[in-house]
Amino acid sequence: MAKVKMPKKAPHIDMTPMVDTFCVVLTFLMLTATMRQPEPASVDTPFSISEKPTPDFNAMTFLISTDDKIFLNFDNGPDTLLAFRPKVLQEMGRRYNIEFTDQELREFQKYPSSMGVPMQHMKTFLGTNDPNERKALQVGIPIDSTDNQLANWIVAIRTVNPNVQTCIRADAMTGFPIVKKTLDILQDRNVNRFNLVTSLEATKINLEEIQQ
Amino acid sequence: MAEIIQEEKGGGKKRAKKVVPHMDMTPMVDLMCLLITFFMLTTAFSKPKIMEIVLPEKLKDPNQQAPKISASRTLNILLGPDDKVYTYPGSVKPEDYNNLPPLNVADFSSGPSGIRYMLLERNRALFKKINDFNQQVIRGEIVISQDSLRGAISKLKSDDDTGPIVLIKAYKTANYGNFVDILDEMNICGIARYTFVDIAWYEEKMVEFASGISSSTATATSTN
Repeated sequence: MAKVKMPKKAPHIDMTPMVDTFCVVLTFLMLTATMRQPEPASVDTPFSISEKPTPDFNAMTFLISTDDKIFLNFDNGPDTLLAFRPKVLQEMGRRYNIEFTDQELREFQKYPSSMGVPMQHMKTFLGTNDPNERKALQVGIPIDSTDNQLANWIVAIRTVNPNVQTCIRADAMTGFPIVKKTLDILQDRNVNRFNLVTSLEATKINLEEIQQ
Repeated sequence: MAEIIQEEKGGGKKRAKKVVPHMDMTPMVDLMCLLITFFMLTTAFSKPKIMEIVLPEKLKDPNQQAPKISASRTLNILLGPDDKVYTYPGSVKPEDYNNLPPLNVADFSSGPSGIRYMLLERNRALFKKINDFNQQVIRGEIVISQDSLRGAISKLKSDDDTGPIVLIKAYKTANYGNFVDILDEMNICGIARYTFVDIAWYEEKMVEFASGISSSTATATSTN
């Protein structure tokens, strides 16, 4: 029998299968990832037992921060080619006599998170790339009865996309009057069905325990 | 870390090596580990959920009357300050405005002081029906698809005529979390009929009296 000759080199591990596995996991994560978009105001949603997921499209979301500012986000529709966002902005521009350039409309179309910019500053907001300047312009959508831009946004969105659903995302500590005001504005425009965004929390109740 | 070892053999005739060139994959694995960690941390796995609510349409025609409901089944829930809930049954008649009924205090805990205890107490018949139905489905005595299950439960709810009709009202210092919590309690307790309405001036007074705040301080805090 031939004598087994031990190699003098340090044992070498072949990493190739590991790289393969990691590649698969990485691809999976990259494809399923829904990135958390940075929101203009951080909001901790309250808990509920509801298990219905948020709609992926056809939704307008009102983000109400703890300091009573309202931000609005809506999507481009079930197909990005429908491009609802620039159409809504054009509609809003007509109401406020602002002409938006193609560049600005494109910028608005791909803006990923909520916006709380008054129409007067919308052109400046879309023109700049400086995050600090943008942040300074996010002062919340005006809802005063003299300048109720939120109502106009609602009408414009619903004209462009009649199937839109209303979602309300507010912090648990947000005061109720501002939420009530938002609901009132929506109800004045004949929106009576709302989706409140919550986080899931399981609750179990024991009937016998309660009856005792 | 990276080191390039250049083997130089002085003068010797270069021969093509027979060994297959071998690549060290370890740095690549390191990098991928980092990327995977990054993606796992930034990915939002649990999508936020939504809770549906339908509010009654606003009466735009002044001649239109709000629908009448029986006072004996009505339960008023007032969301007060400091995460407290106040309840009173029935309605307040105009002649009682000077002598307002007292409010019961509850909170959002699940114990005997919580609002859930009280709601289940009043809604026991319907809750038991829904619970039994669910149990039968779980045990396999009733075979029903997931879609018709929801329909069957809402049928049970609409047939019910014993449970309370809950009117939810919010005092101005209540917060949005209270509002979601109380709607959540409605779902947990299987209340068939509930709605959210505006608070009346005498109910604001009742909350102020029960929570011991004067109306002037309440206005001050609400404007803040």
